[in-house]
Amino acid sequence: MKPVNSTKISFVSRSSNEAYARGAVAAFIAQLDPTVDELADIKTAVSEAVTNCIVHAYPGVLGQIYITVSLFENGRVRLRIADKGVGIEDVARSMQPMTTSGGPERAGLGFTVMQTFMDSLKVRSKLGKGTVVTMEKTIARRC
Amino acid sequence: MAECRLEQSGRVLVVYLSGEIDHHEAARLRGQIDPRILSGDFARVVLDFSGVTFMDSSGIGLILGRYRLLRDLGGTLAVQGADPQVSRLLRLSGITDLVVLEGGAKV
Repeated sequence: MKPVNSTKISFVSRSSNEAYARGAVAAFIAQLDPTVDELADIKTAVSEAVTNCIVHAYPGVLGQIYITVSLFENGRVRLRIADKGVGIEDVARSMQPMTTSGGPERAGLGFTVMQTFMDSLKVRSKLGKGTVVTMEKTIARRC
Repeated sequence: MAECRLEQSGRVLVVYLSGEIDHHEAARLRGQIDPRILSGDFARVVLDFSGVTFMDSSGIGLILGRYRLLRDLGGTLAVQGADPQVSRLLRLSGITDLVVLEGGAKV
């Protein structure tokens, strides 16, 4: 199915851009008239994915983060968050709750939150090439 | 932006958090909270989330880090004022087994 609307943003992997990323996605999705909770879920999932790019994909260096938001006829939202960073060696392991290589201040919950707050989550990664996270959530029609 | 206001009453320190807590802001908040914890002899630190408008799992990391710090110093950590979104993250993390939740934290 083709999206009825889509947008792309890309930005440098500075942590100060985390708020920009979730804010920009939320502003685009607002046209579907989501509930406060639906919007909070999507903003949280975006924040987790973008933080992963900053902390893990580009450790100690700056790289580019690419987000595509696609809206479909039935209220489905697809988010694609991609980087060209170091990649994940073992995707299944990194998705286990409380697994983190980010140090004692990271909870290791990023993928768990994305999985819980969105309807679906797919992670593709190649070492040295980067990672693509694709998440979907359907915004309920309220009229 | 996230902000914090620190209020001391005897050996209790209450940290009133507000705004959006993400990975970027959590680092700034740590820099404001930890020196204060380390400079006093606190029996108890309370993190108050009632002014928080957004939080991702970095907020859980912020709680866990302060929990470990206080455990090492012999103090306790409590969390209060969590709204439904923050409470959902607290439940998901299992942090409710470690940290005392009180005063309006419906988990």
